[in-house]
Amino acid sequence: MRLARDVVRGEEERKLRDISGEEVRSCYQCGKCSAGCAMTSMMDLLPHQVIRLVQLGQVEEALASRTIWLCASCLACSARCPRGVSLPNVMESLRVTMLRPGGRHIDPARLPADVLENAPEQALVAGLRKYS
Amino acid sequence: MSLRQGSMRYPYFPGCTLKAKARGFETSAVASAGALGVHLDEMENWQCCGATFPLQADNSFPLVSPARTLASARKMGERLVTLCSACYNVLKRTNHVLRTDVGRRDKVNAFIEEDYAGDLEVMHFLEVLRDDVGFDALARSVKTSLGGLAVAPYYGCLLLRPNDELGFDDPEAPHILEDFLSALGCQVVDHPYKIECCGSYVALEPGDLASGPSRMVVESARSRGAQAIVTSCPLCQYNLDVAQQGAHGREQAGVPVIYFTQLLAIALGLPEDVLGFEGHVISPGPLLRCVGVVGSDAIA
Amino acid sequence: MFVCWCGLNIGGVVDVPRVVEEISGCPGVARAVDYRYMCSDPGQQLIRDIIREERLDSVVIAACSPGMHESTFQSVAESAGVNPYRCEIANIREQCSWPHQNEPLEATRKAVELIRAAVEKVRGDEALSALSIPVTRRALVIGAGIAGMQAALDIADAGHEVVLVDRLPHIGGHMAQLSETFPTLDCSQCILTPKTSEVGRHPGIRLLTSSEVESVSGYVGNFTVKIRRRATYVNWDLCTGCGLCTEKCPSRTPSAFERGLAEEPAISIAFPQAVPHKPVIRPEACRHFTKGKCGVCEKVCPVGAIDFGQQDSLIEEKVGAIVVATGYDLHPKAKVGEYGYGVYPDVIDGLEFERLNSASGPTQGQIRRPSDGKVPKEVVFIQCVGSRDQENGYPYCSKICCMYTAKHARLYKHKVPDGQPYVFYMDIRAGGKGYEEFVQHATEEEGVLYLRGRVARVFQDGEHVVVFGVDTLSGKKVEIRADMVVLATAIVPASGAKELARVLKTATDEYGFFSEAHPKLRPVESLTRGIYIAGCAQAPKDIPDTVTQAGSSAAKVLTLFSAPRLSHSPTVAAVDEEICTGCGICVEACAYEARALDTRRHVAVVNDVLCEGCGACAVACPNGATRQRNMARSQAMAMIDAVMG
Repeated sequence: MRLARDVVRGEEERKLRDISGEEVRSCYQCGKCSAGCAMTSMMDLLPHQVIRLVQLGQVEEALASRTIWLCASCLACSARCPRGVSLPNVMESLRVTMLRPGGRHIDPARLPADVLENAPEQALVAGLRKYS
Repeated sequence: MSLRQGSMRYPYFPGCTLKAKARGFETSAVASAGALGVHLDEMENWQCCGATFPLQADNSFPLVSPARTLASARKMGERLVTLCSACYNVLKRTNHVLRTDVGRRDKVNAFIEEDYAGDLEVMHFLEVLRDDVGFDALARSVKTSLGGLAVAPYYGCLLLRPNDELGFDDPEAPHILEDFLSALGCQVVDHPYKIECCGSYVALEPGDLASGPSRMVVESARSRGAQAIVTSCPLCQYNLDVAQQGAHGREQAGVPVIYFTQLLAIALGLPEDVLGFEGHVISPGPLLRCVGVVGSDAIA
Repeated sequence: MFVCWCGLNIGGVVDVPRVVEEISGCPGVARAVDYRYMCSDPGQQLIRDIIREERLDSVVIAACSPGMHESTFQSVAESAGVNPYRCEIANIREQCSWPHQNEPLEATRKAVELIRAAVEKVRGDEALSALSIPVTRRALVIGAGIAGMQAALDIADAGHEVVLVDRLPHIGGHMAQLSETFPTLDCSQCILTPKTSEVGRHPGIRLLTSSEVESVSGYVGNFTVKIRRRATYVNWDLCTGCGLCTEKCPSRTPSAFERGLAEEPAISIAFPQAVPHKPVIRPEACRHFTKGKCGVCEKVCPVGAIDFGQQDSLIEEKVGAIVVATGYDLHPKAKVGEYGYGVYPDVIDGLEFERLNSASGPTQGQIRRPSDGKVPKEVVFIQCVGSRDQENGYPYCSKICCMYTAKHARLYKHKVPDGQPYVFYMDIRAGGKGYEEFVQHATEEEGVLYLRGRVARVFQDGEHVVVFGVDTLSGKKVEIRADMVVLATAIVPASGAKELARVLKTATDEYGFFSEAHPKLRPVESLTRGIYIAGCAQAPKDIPDTVTQAGSSAAKVLTLFSAPRLSHSPTVAAVDEEICTGCGICVEACAYEARALDTRRHVAVVNDVLCEGCGACAVACPNGATRQRNMARSQAMAMIDAVMG
């Protein structure tokens, strides 16, 4: 990993700050978010590691992580964060960085039939807002 | 607190899911409320709350839909009752933004051509039962004994967090569902995963990803002897229910996941047609027949 | 007129030669010179030389804050024959070059204006001499933990009487609760009891336990203190400390000294080595007081010392100096919901662990968990609980937890060799002599497993307390089914610290830790003259630092006591009695109780030694009868004119 001023104070990190309204520099990497996250067993990076990548200006790597799509916005992390960082907002800013240019994480037309038939409307509306 | 007969009317927001996949949640709630002298007055101009609170600081557009509902409800009165945890969460959080963030309030009001200041009180039906009906009075209204049915409460996330905006209950050790269940005569099964996330909308991800956390929740309740789990969130109900699909073999039966209002309706002795258990993967029918609290075979 | 460069501090921003040039022409300025470091010996000599050369009667020094070097330059001026109160400082560093680092032109202009104003002021300054006040050579020490005891002993050993007050019935503070101490693992009681017994028998120390300071009036050298001595319901003059009463007392309630891990009788002595070794009755637990019957202790006492009718008494003491050593408490239990602190019996705090490990504690020093008395084989220690947590606790580091957690983990291993201690930490802060080595020993030699990360949740699961944590170094979530969890909860000021600060008319920070006069150079002086601070009352600190600071505060007290009289600045308020109408507005304006009405003569008077020279009364006075010495209205107007140009 190459670090330099243009990397650690990059444009992408500033954009994420605008979208999320969160200051990731406040994070001191205690890991309490990861310790209490219900979704970690499926994640390739723990939540605090995603934050660390953003702190280091490695936004591309953060965007490539499965973790940002596995965050269920349950707020267990932000409720306990000693530094007042709302991780779900940061995760959302990473997701919308992928989605706003027209990207789709999930295509509604390709959802399995049983999900479309049985999942509550709440799941479809929430999920498609997060994923497309 | 004593019941004030027929005196309580509340504007009520059902939300999309309660008109479709979770019909039983609404029918059992409205009927139970009526039996307790509470009239849930469905508001006329409501639209989908958006199902998830938007977490983008630079985009107020997702607040428009819930804001329209709130502005419309304010014209009916000072309070708005919700049943679905997601609707409660989104409406209450949106209301908080409109009350405290003048910039975003002005932006949203300009768009919806309203002048709404966030001065509505968004409530959950559980709060009505606790504060206005009273759990003591509720206990006195029970007609069908639940005979110590072992029930695990499940809060999930949307009722509890963020606590500084919702103020619903102690976020680490909530007890309103426990108090409710005790009032109905149930045996409350405490379990550590009652405040952990079920996986929420990650259910849409291919590959059954949300079922991991949901299985943990079900197992946490089942291993402590729970015969049923109660929730107030259709997505939690779905996730916990689906996670048990095919997972329960001969050695262990599935744990039915039901809405707290369905249990309430049974306890109040209401007709079985308001329960609406259709669509549940783990049917509560056999369990409820087994403990003798419902009789008809109509409940499949 | 002398301008200091202060190296680059001033000279790097302000154009000093230009300032000298502009000031040279000002009316009344005989000469203006600059020098690189005016506070240096050659700089001081330069001032003396020019004073003599030019036969100056007053000087202005443009340099750093008067808080730093005013007294230096005043004595330089005095040594060259200028009255020290005709030496004025223009602060062109803190009030000019530092805040205006990026605006050199503006800073230079402002420096000239500040100096012109000081020149105008010095032209109106009178030659004054310092006021002299007497000193009462007795000290009050509030709090008899290790800090208060050390300060009291040092002062008393130097031959001055000390009144030592503690609100508990015994002395020793939290140190009496500790089992062993880091980094040497010597027994806390073994090193503490020599101090407690010395305090108990010292002829120069008047020990007032079960007592609290109720009010303080007066000023440095001359405080009057009222102390409430609470009823103990035992006549200590008669009591022999035989212990029959505590043996026979039928009541049992949780013991505060044992942090609720054991029960004690309503009449009791907190621990075997307690000084004074006399019992007290806690009326809230005593059946005589709560139910109106019983009286067993009264019946069994062989000397008739029980006195249910005893009342609180008020004691008045006159002292010249006060040392505040009120210590600390731990972060309240109710505030750590995610760890089930205060809910699950096997989630305990550091002081509770000390009691479990103490030979005189509830388990006689065996590590047995509170719920069922079993020896825990998996023990999780969590650091930074409430500390370094601005959202749910306090932003500061509690400083001692890294060390005492390492100590706890090691002591646990000594007692339970087949047990496994885990420590969740964020950073190890072990700056101290032998401290880092102590922590390293825990990991290398004793098998304590350190996990770098915070814990999110602790919950009860059957017999276990389950810990959800993380090890950020491996990037893995960690789940431990523990038998007991020990929380290193944040150090907070002792309850009532803010109220005491109000009584003492001194300041605390937002948390209630007493504020020091300067964080580096005056760390034991409070913001009120004559009041000093020692130990955790000021900030979290360990025993060595506490003892050091206590000794230091005692040295300050002794310095104060060593002068025959104290000097006080003469730049105080003065009253022209010819004009004064005795309206009393000045009395209301004064924050220091330095103004009063002489009802007989119908004029307002100034108590010089209480006056801090703030000027509030001079401004409030409707007809100009009150003036501030060396800050007359005419001087102020001239200074404003000088600045406004």
